Amino acid sequence: MSQPLMEIRNATKIYGGGFLQSGDQVIALQDFSLTIDEKPAMITTIAGESGSGKTTLANLILGFISLTSGQILYKGQDIAILKGAQRFEYRREVQAVFQDPYEVYNPFYRIKHIFDLVIKNFKLARNKRKAREVIEEALKVVGMRGEEVLEKYPHQLSGGQRQRMMVARAFMLQPRLIVADEPVSMVDASLRAMILDIMLRMRDEHNISFLYITHDLSTAYQIGDQIYILYQGIVAEKGDTAAVIENPKHPYVQLLISSIPVPDPSQRWDTNISLPPEEELRGQVKSGCRFYPRCPYRMDRCLIERPPLCNIAGGAHAVACYLYE
Amino acid sequence: MTVVRNDDWDVVLNVKNLRVHYATPLGDVIACNGVNFDVYRGETLGLVGESGCGKTTAAMGILRLVPPPGRIVHGQVLLDGTDVMSLDEGELRQVRWRQIALIPQGAMNSLNPVMRIKNQIADGIETHEGRQPRAALRERIVELLNTVGLPSRVYSMYPHELSGGMKQRVCIAMAIALHPSLVIADEPTSALDVVVQRVVAQTLLDVKERLNVSMILIGHDMGLQAQLVDRIAVMYAGNIVEIAPVKEIFGESLHPYTQLLIESIPSIKERKPLKVTAGLTHDLRNPPPGCIFHPRCLYAMDRCRTDVPPLRELAPKHRVACHLY
Repeated sequence: MSQPLMEIRNATKIYGGGFLQSGDQVIALQDFSLTIDEKPAMITTIAGESGSGKTTLANLILGFISLTSGQILYKGQDIAILKGAQRFEYRREVQAVFQDPYEVYNPFYRIKHIFDLVIKNFKLARNKRKAREVIEEALKVVGMRGEEVLEKYPHQLSGGQRQRMMVARAFMLQPRLIVADEPVSMVDASLRAMILDIMLRMRDEHNISFLYITHDLSTAYQIGDQIYILYQGIVAEKGDTAAVIENPKHPYVQLLISSIPVPDPSQRWDTNISLPPEEELRGQVKSGCRFYPRCPYRMDRCLIERPPLCNIAGGAHAVACYLYE
Repeated sequence: MTVVRNDDWDVVLNVKNLRVHYATPLGDVIACNGVNFDVYRGETLGLVGESGCGKTTAAMGILRLVPPPGRIVHGQVLLDGTDVMSLDEGELRQVRWRQIALIPQGAMNSLNPVMRIKNQIADGIETHEGRQPRAALRERIVELLNTVGLPSRVYSMYPHELSGGMKQRVCIAMAIALHPSLVIADEPTSALDVVVQRVVAQTLLDVKERLNVSMILIGHDMGLQAQLVDRIAVMYAGNIVEIAPVKEIFGESLHPYTQLLIESIPSIKERKPLKVTAGLTHDLRNPPPGCIFHPRCLYAMDRCRTDVPPLRELAPKHRVACHLY
């Protein structure tokens, strides 16, 4: 078996509670493991509600914060100890697209600035003509032309266009992995499909893998290959996207999927759900399953020890729940 | 005060030809281009469209709360027969909150962080109804909190002690405190997780039914609209292009833009190829001649480029602005 592109081993990130500090600890991500194969490229979805640790994971991979324990390996190398040329290569091959297409631009510079900067820093072109060619090629992938946008200022573009610029910028570096943190949540519905389609084309035609971080299971269902659903920093369920979403096993994932509003007025929510009053008390369960306070099927043993991920039907589908042991 | 009657329906709010412009150095942006609609007693009207289509501006126009550089150019708003546009500031203050309550976008972040919930709700009540006996006021506030499904202990809590969903429900409680005949909720569940969104949405439905208030629900999530509203008005670039009962919008929508909106809802039920649609909304300062949607419309005819299609009733309560019919 060939070496995976990225392998995350038992990643744990704890915020607060350091030396000489008596603050509460928040476990943002606990014992998280993930593998992204070198080939074929695929879209891995990390889904969960706010506070589930999705963005912490993105920040860890991009190197903005460091792990409390565990390892992130890129092509077999631990990214925490990468130096010099290797580090430079990692910075080029792993790119990011962020949620807010309004905040990532400096409003004083024209759009071409973001491309020029990348070309300069990574020495992508020897002269201006070559540089323009590289830019045009990247813009073509996102369905735009240089003369339409390069001389404009960010406020002259729509949210969807700005997000496509960010994807084009990432693409220009010919990355192997793009970490996309909620790339479509601020883009209008009719333009969302276009960005998702660009992601699919990059995966199929350019062999670029994606880590698609989202709270929206329906878009994940449309484009994702494998999925990890997090609940308070722990993987509740993982597996093939279609298998998990069509046939969710974990009580939390079942609740999540049944709460997505169905765009059909004849299928309205028939049951009332309620949240326990302690809904916001995060981390009140020190040991055992974190979903215990909200779980309709809870058992005594769920409080004693945290359920491990159990494989279902021998495949990639795994659930952290004692119901399926 | 006379109540306007319309056939068998009791009209609470009647908006006629509402036009709102925002002044910019390069000419006026037409945010609301002569909008007409009614809201009936006890119904929920959904106002949908993409960002920048004028949904929030229309709502603000009804309340005469359009912030400068915006201004209401003309239009008539009849609320229970009262012409809102002709009221002076003092009279308007009496109408706001007492007859029309607004839950603004991101309302949950507008709670005063250093005031207990009880004082914030009491403030609103006493501003409009004068000083109240303590015991009666307390009882009334606790009852309001219970109406929106919050436990009584929230009464003396601070906003930071509440989760997002709970804060949003406090805002709903404040909106219905004075028994208004109309509540305008602007994206009441955006920025909430799906499970919490469902709880807040249920609270809204519940409150509406119990108090028989009318509601305008502004949103962009078509799935949520399908679950919550009775009729939908679809806005595009400052114009209402279609208005119909929710079942007809989802079952047999007529306007090409409505069809585009419905097609672009990502499904959680079936995996289907993405439908990519190109096109951008025109510059709102220079609307194209004829139908405003023709530059993006798949069925545009010569006539669409010259004549503005009027909003016509094609079936009972189903009005569309399109030359195709």
